[in-house]
Order: sequence, then C-alpha cells, then structure tokens
Amino acid sequence: MPHLDDKKVAYLEHKANEIRQSIIEMLLAAGSGHTAGPLGMADVFAAFYFHILNHRPSEPFWEGRDRLILSNGHICPVLYAAMAHAGYFPVKELKTLRKFGSRLQGHPHREFLPGIETSSGPLGSGLSQAIGMALADRMDHGTASNKFFYCFMGDGELDCGQVWEAFMLAGKERLHNLIAVIDRNNIQIDGFTEDIMPLEPLKEKFESFNWHVIEINGHSFEEINDAVEQAKSVFSLPSVIIAHTIPGKGVLFAERRFEWHGAPPGQGPEDVVPKKDQGKEALAELRSLGGKISGEHE
Amino acid sequence: MDMKLNPKLFDEDIEQMPIRHGYGEGILIAGKRDKRVVALCADLTDSTKTNVFANVYPDRFIEMGIGEQSMASVASGLAAMGKIPFLASYAMFSPGRNWEQIRTTICYNNANVKIGGAHAGISVGPDGGTHQAIEDIALMRIIPRMNVIVPCDAIEARKATIAAAEIIGPVYIRLAREATPVITTEETPFAIGEARVVFRPDGDADIGIIAIGSLVYDAIMAAKRVEADGIKARVLNLSTIKPIDTDAIIELARDTKRIITVEEHQIKGGMGSAVAEVLSEYCPVKIKYIGIRDAFGQSGTPEELLSHYGLDRESIVEAVRSLIAT
Repeated sequence: MPHLDDKKVAYLEHKANEIRQSIIEMLLAAGSGHTAGPLGMADVFAAFYFHILNHRPSEPFWEGRDRLILSNGHICPVLYAAMAHAGYFPVKELKTLRKFGSRLQGHPHREFLPGIETSSGPLGSGLSQAIGMALADRMDHGTASNKFFYCFMGDGELDCGQVWEAFMLAGKERLHNLIAVIDRNNIQIDGFTEDIMPLEPLKEKFESFNWHVIEINGHSFEEINDAVEQAKSVFSLPSVIIAHTIPGKGVLFAERRFEWHGAPPGQGPEDVVPKKDQGKEALAELRSLGGKISGEHE
Repeated sequence: MDMKLNPKLFDEDIEQMPIRHGYGEGILIAGKRDKRVVALCADLTDSTKTNVFANVYPDRFIEMGIGEQSMASVASGLAAMGKIPFLASYAMFSPGRNWEQIRTTICYNNANVKIGGAHAGISVGPDGGTHQAIEDIALMRIIPRMNVIVPCDAIEARKATIAAAEIIGPVYIRLAREATPVITTEETPFAIGEARVVFRPDGDADIGIIAIGSLVYDAIMAAKRVEADGIKARVLNLSTIKPIDTDAIIELARDTKRIITVEEHQIKGGMGSAVAEVLSEYCPVKIKYIGIRDAFGQSGTPEELLSHYGLDRESIVEAVRSLIAT
C-alpha cells in the first residue's frame, strides 16, 4: 500500500466519480434501491478497491487476498460498482441490479457473485463474521499473517445488539488483523441517527470496548489511506475507522437528506428536483464534476 | 434381524447417560481426526459438554460469553476460512435467540457450521418453561440446507456429531439434559438421513411408532408392553428429521396403516408434522401425534412433566390402543 501522491489521488477521484455515475445508472435501471449510502461511501470504496486492498479481481478466490466484508448489505450498489470498475466483472452487468436472474442481488449473495465475501442485508452480523475470519487466520498463521480483514458497517446498524457482542469479543481477542470502517453519515431510514437512537459519544464507546479508534473525513483519500496504515501498525488491538461521510455525496440535491436513504433517483423527495429529472440531473452533475469532488472538511 | 442394540435394553439396570455427553465426546473425536474442527460456546461449556473439547484444544475453542447471536455469525466467518465450527448453547437460546443469524449468515451463506442445541425438550425439568426448548425442531427444519438430527442416546449423539463433521453443510444436533437409557451400542449402524427400526415384533406389525430423542426408549417399552395385548407395534428411530428418510416412513406406513409419532416438541412443526408431510403426499394413513399441544412447559421433575403433557410411556400405550381400536 504505497503512499498517495497527487497523481494517485487524481486517479482515485476519477474512479470514485465513475463509481458514483454507475450507482445512479444502476439504480435508475433497477427502479429501486438505496442512493444515499452508496454515494456517500464511493470514495472509501474507490480507495480500497483501487489502492488499499491486496486482491486479484481476475482471481476472486485467491487465498491470500484481504477480506472485505460488507455488513450493511443495502449499500451494495457501491460495492458492485467498485468491483466492476476494478475488473471483477463487466461494467455493463451493473444494469442487471435487482433483476431476475442477475448475479447482482438486491442485497449481496455470496454464492451469486465471486468476490462477495458474505451474504448480507439483515444488519448487525458482518462484524461477527469478520471476527470469525480473522480468528481463523490467526489460528492458522499466528500474528505474523499479513492478511487483513475489513468490515464495512453503517452507523445505523450500531443500534443492533449483536454489533456490541462483536465489538466486545474482538476487543477481548485483541484482533489486530481486524479493521472496522464505520460509515458515519448520521442517517438511517426513519431519520437522523441522533434522533432515532443516539450513538454519541461513539469514539469513547469503541475505546471502552478496547478498540483503537481513528476518526477521518471519509471523502479524503489521504485520510482514508493514513487511517488504514495507522490501523495496520497498531499491533495489540482491533481498529475502527469512523469515516465521516455525507450521505448522497456528489449529487447536491440528495446530500445530507435521510429521505434519500432508501429511494432511487426518480423516486426521491421532489422539493428540489422533480422525480422525472432526478436521474438525468444527478448524472449531469457528476459528469460536470469530472472527478472533482472535494472533501467537506478540506 | 439383529439390530445390534444394547443387550440390556429390557433390563431394569440399563446404562443411563445424558445425550449431550455424546456431543462432547463427538466433537473431541472429530477434532482429533480433523484439525479444522473448532468449537464455540456461549458461557455453557460444562452444560453443553463443549469443555471436553476445550480442555484438550484450548487454542481451537472460542468462549463467546452470553452472545448467541454473534456466536452464530462468528462461526460462519470461521467456516468461510475453512474451519468446521461446532457451536453450542441451550437450544432455547441457540437456535431460539439467534434464528436469523443462523438463517442468513450460516444457511443462506451455505456455511459449514454445526450447531449443538442442549437442554432441549421439557425434560429439562425444574428450570421451567423459559428453558424448555420445544420449538427448535420446527425452527431448524424450516430453513433450506439445514440438516436436523435428534439422537436417541449418548452413543448415537457421539456418532451423529462425528458424522456432522464429515458432511459439508449446516447441521443442527438436538441434545437433552437428563441421563437417559443408552439403547444403542458401538455396533448399531448410524448414518445421517437413515431411520432405523429399533423394535420389530414377530410377524406383521399392526401399528408403527416413529420416535425421536430419549422417547425412543419409551416407545420401545410401550411396544413391548402392548405385545401382551396382542398388538404388534414396530418402532422406528427417526434420528434424522432432515433430510427425512422418506422410504423408511412409507414402508412403515404401508406395512402398518397406522402411525404414531412421539417427540418432546410442539406437535405443530415438529417431527410428527414432518412425517405427516411425507405420508399425506405418498401414503395417507391414520396418524396420532404425541407431543406438546400448543402449550409452554413449567417446572417439575422430568417424569412429572412427561406425564402431565402426555409424552410418557403410559400415553404412548394409550395412543396405540386407541388408534388400533379405530
């Protein structure tokens, strides 16, 4: 995982923009699915699939690969788009999302698409599975293994009790090869997380569960990369990266709006853009940016 | 035909052992044979006999604390990396509490995970209704890909556990708490998916009894008892409920035209329902169900409870007589 130079950052920006465009196109073709989360996590996925992960898209079952476990399966459009652009399968297949016979199930199914590490959708189970994988690797190869287990999670699913069973277990087991990435976008279906079920103080919660905690701007490739490097260097604890993201990032009329959690373009709130124009408008906006989506905190 | 059962089957001093002990011995043997076998437990290592494995292989044992939901998914993750995990708790909590994790992260994923559900049935006794899992067979057999085994004694539980490690796919093994008669022997044949006749009267049978768990013993004793009335009852141990032994069930129904099912479980959705699903389609005959009739358990001795809910030997004898009379 080399250092990020300006050229690499520009490349990742370009990839993230491609991923965002694909997300809008997929959701338009599907006529259902989630918009806010996938757009918000596009930069994190671009960073992982095009820089951080040790993986072989043409050889999805390569034993030596890092494992990326997506716990909040409903944001799978961003996973599918990142995988397709990385070369796991043809980009044109993205438009089969949610359709009968598609490998791109509405929520990911491990057996349908090589490269998916686990089936997910019901929230709160991913971290436990990542722990099982990380434990198995430590049993077989000890702490010298250079394989890492990443679990991508939503902040909304932190409401689930199972998540805290898992955080407790990983802290107890001191699983240094486990890195959780929380999409801290502050929204869930019914509203803002702090209204539905307050999570803060989140950092302190994780620390008290014996995790190393790193907070970052989830739209900064440098911060994403630095956080993963730091997490890998912490040898005695599991690490959690709280990635602050903007839901709907890159499509102005969808940003920060919880109403866009589960709606595809064409079916979102139309106080800003009428439903019939939402897809067109979103794509026009992303194309005009030409890859330049700057982080909120920059 | 020699069924290779315990020669002391009809003796007063037949050996007694809790079925769950067979699970502990089984995971240890499976673990010795295959280093991919690992065990998980949710703060009940002694009760579930997971300690038999954990004491020998501490590095292949994960103490989960009281976290059954996470345990199911951690096991799925272990299986994804090639391990053969055996997880155990009381059946009331696993699969009682973690059903969705078992469905999605184990079965939907097709993860090679084995689940031991201890203290199943109302024979748990004094702990009362909260701890008496009488819905677990229904919960497990309804999930695609899940195999469901209910051993009749400790020896069969050991064989079932070892066999579970050798097949690929999720398996649920239902275990009971109390010491109950050991009716099989080392030589009794066992294979997942194969039902075995455990009591065969001379000549043609008038009625078939299909039983599971420790009640297989009571079914045999009931069959022996009604012989004095001139009733010939053949008893089938249906230790694998899924995949179900369709041929053995149909053969018994064709031969006898009358079937009684016996289980420590709700009648709705349990083994009797599974038998009825087979027979109503392929060989409709009269069926009488012995099981819990849409009720919760309560505190009491196992004997008191089995009698109260109509699952004891007397109740089986009554059911046989009344079905013969129709």
